[in-house]
Amino acid sequence: MSKVKSMRDAVAANVHDGDVVAIEGFTHLICFAAGHEIIRQRKRDLTLARLTPDLIYDQMVAAGVARKLVFSWLGNPGVGGLHAIRRRVEDADPAPLELEEYSHFGMVGRYTAGASNLPFFPLRSYFETDLPKANPLIRPIKSPYGDETVYAVPPLKPDVTVVHAQRADADGNTQMWGLLGCQKEAAFAAERVIVVVEELVDEAVIRADPNRTVFPGLIVDAVVVEPFGAHPSYVQGAYDRDNRFYRDWDAIAREAATTQAWLDEWVYGVSGRSEYVDKLGAERVASLKPSGEAPSGSVDYGVYK
Amino acid sequence: MSEPRPAATAPVGAVSPGAPASAFSRSEMMIVAAARELAGQRVCFVGVGLPNIAVNLARLTVAPELELVYESGAYGAKPARLPLSIGDPTIVTGATAVVSMFELFSFYLQGGLVDVGFLGAAQIDRFGNINSTVIGEYEHPKTRLPGSGGACEIAINARQVFVIMRQSKRSFVDRIDFRTSPGNLGGAEAAARIRSEEGWLGSGPSVVVTDLGIYHFDESGEMRLDSLHPGATLEQVRETMGWQARVAEPLAVTPTPTPEELRLIREQLDPEGAYTK
Repeated sequence: MSKVKSMRDAVAANVHDGDVVAIEGFTHLICFAAGHEIIRQRKRDLTLARLTPDLIYDQMVAAGVARKLVFSWLGNPGVGGLHAIRRRVEDADPAPLELEEYSHFGMVGRYTAGASNLPFFPLRSYFETDLPKANPLIRPIKSPYGDETVYAVPPLKPDVTVVHAQRADADGNTQMWGLLGCQKEAAFAAERVIVVVEELVDEAVIRADPNRTVFPGLIVDAVVVEPFGAHPSYVQGAYDRDNRFYRDWDAIAREAATTQAWLDEWVYGVSGRSEYVDKLGAERVASLKPSGEAPSGSVDYGVYK
Repeated sequence: MSEPRPAATAPVGAVSPGAPASAFSRSEMMIVAAARELAGQRVCFVGVGLPNIAVNLARLTVAPELELVYESGAYGAKPARLPLSIGDPTIVTGATAVVSMFELFSFYLQGGLVDVGFLGAAQIDRFGNINSTVIGEYEHPKTRLPGSGGACEIAINARQVFVIMRQSKRSFVDRIDFRTSPGNLGGAEAAARIRSEEGWLGSGPSVVVTDLGIYHFDESGEMRLDSLHPGATLEQVRETMGWQARVAEPLAVTPTPTPEELRLIREQLDPEGAYTK
C-alpha cells in the first residue's frame, strides 16, 4: 500500500506537541522542508535532537517550536554561530532553552543503542573532560571483563525521525548515497519515520541495487516527495550546498526582528516547498547544479535460479 | 578555481609591502606552517575551520600520501575545491570510501587508525587542554561556543593531536573555562599515567601552530615556542598569552611561505579569503 502523503499530512499525522523529533543528516540531506512545515503547523514544546542543529534548528528554535535541544556541535558549519539559539541560551531571549549535550560519537552511540534496543552504548571518550559534569547522563562504567573503565551514553529513541534521501519507493524502501551521517541509526531508533525524497521510484529500481538501501519500508510511516526539500543543505548528485545562504543566515539571525521577518517571508509566507522553490527562482536553483556528472560504475548482482 | 587575490591582511615578513609576489599575511604563514608539520604523516582526521585548509594544503605539498578523514564519513577524500564545511559534497566524489559516522568513529578513530587529529580551539592552556564549549560558566555562559563535535574523542583516540589557532589573550589562557578535549592535563607525567590506565590510544597534543609561531610540548608537557614566524616578535608572543611563555634556545625562525604555497592558498584553496582574512 502506498505511504505517499503530502508534507502537510505527513507532519500533521506524525509530529505532535511535546515529541522528541530528529531531523538528521550530517550537512548532507537535511530536510528543511519538513522543519518548515513543523513551524507552519505551530508545533510546540518539541525536543529537537540532531548532532549538528544547523540552520534548520536555529530557524525552528527562533519560531518557538522547541523547548529543548539534544546535540553535539552547535554551529553554522564553516561560518560561525547559531544566533537564534545563542539568544535563547545566553540571554533566555525570549525564553530559556534546555540543552543536553554530547560529542558526535556519543550522539551516534545513542541512536545506535536506541536502534538496537540496548540500555546504553559504551565508548572511549569523555575521559578527563568537563562533559560528564555538564551532562550527568554521560556516566563511567567498568568493563565486566576487566578493570577498564569506559563511558556510557543512554539510548535515544525519537518519537519521530525525518530522513531526506535521493529516492524511495511508495512503500518507503529508501536509498541514499553520499554522506550517510547517522540517518540509518536514527530511523531504526524512532517510533515513527517520515521519509522525504527527491524522487519516487518503482520498487524494481530499489530491488536492482539492494546494497544501496539504508532501511526498508517496514519502519517507514510516510513517504513525501519533495524535490529541493533539503535546500539550503544539499543532495549528492542533485544539488550543491547553498553556501551563500549559510553565510547570509549569519546576518539574518543576528537580530530577532530580522529572523522573524525571514520566517514570515520564507516559511509562514509560502504554502510549502514548491512555492519556496519558485520564490528562490530558477537562476538560484540552476546555480546549485553540480558542475558535472560523476556516475558510479555499476555492479553485477547476477541471476540465481 | 578563481582569480588570484592579493593577501587579505597587511603583509608581514622580510619583504616590503610593495612586493606582492612574495608578501604574505599572518594567516597564510600560519596555514603554511601547520601544513608543513604534516610531512610524513599518513592518516589525518580533519577538523572544521582552519585545520581544513591546512590539511588540504599539506595534501597538495608536503604530504601527497596523506589520507584525509572527515568526521562526516569520508575516508581518502580528494576535494576538488576547498570544502566550506566538513560535510561538503566535494569530499565525497572521488573519495576512497564513504562510511557511516558509526563506522568512522568506531572502526577508524576508536579502532586506532588515525595518526593525527587536527583541531581548532577557542581556548587552550599551557598543557594543550582545549575548550570549544563555553566562555564563562556552563550553566550561564557569556558566550556559547559550538561544543565538542568529534573533538573530545579525537583528542583521546588519535595517535597525536595538532592544533591550529590564532593566538590572543582570550585564546591562550591560564585557565580554560571548560575542558572539551583533554591535552596534557596538569602535566606530562600525570597525563601519561592516566592515558595508560584508561587505555587511551593517543599520546596527546604534539604541535600548536598560531599566527605568531610554532609550539611543541617539552618533557613537562608544557607548550614551548620553538619557532617564531617572520615578522612576529617575542614581545607579541608574550602579550598574547595568559602565562609565562617557554621559549626554545636557540629559537628558530619559520621559513617564509614559498610562492607555490601562496599560489595554492590564494588561487586554489581559498580564493575568497574565507580562512585568510
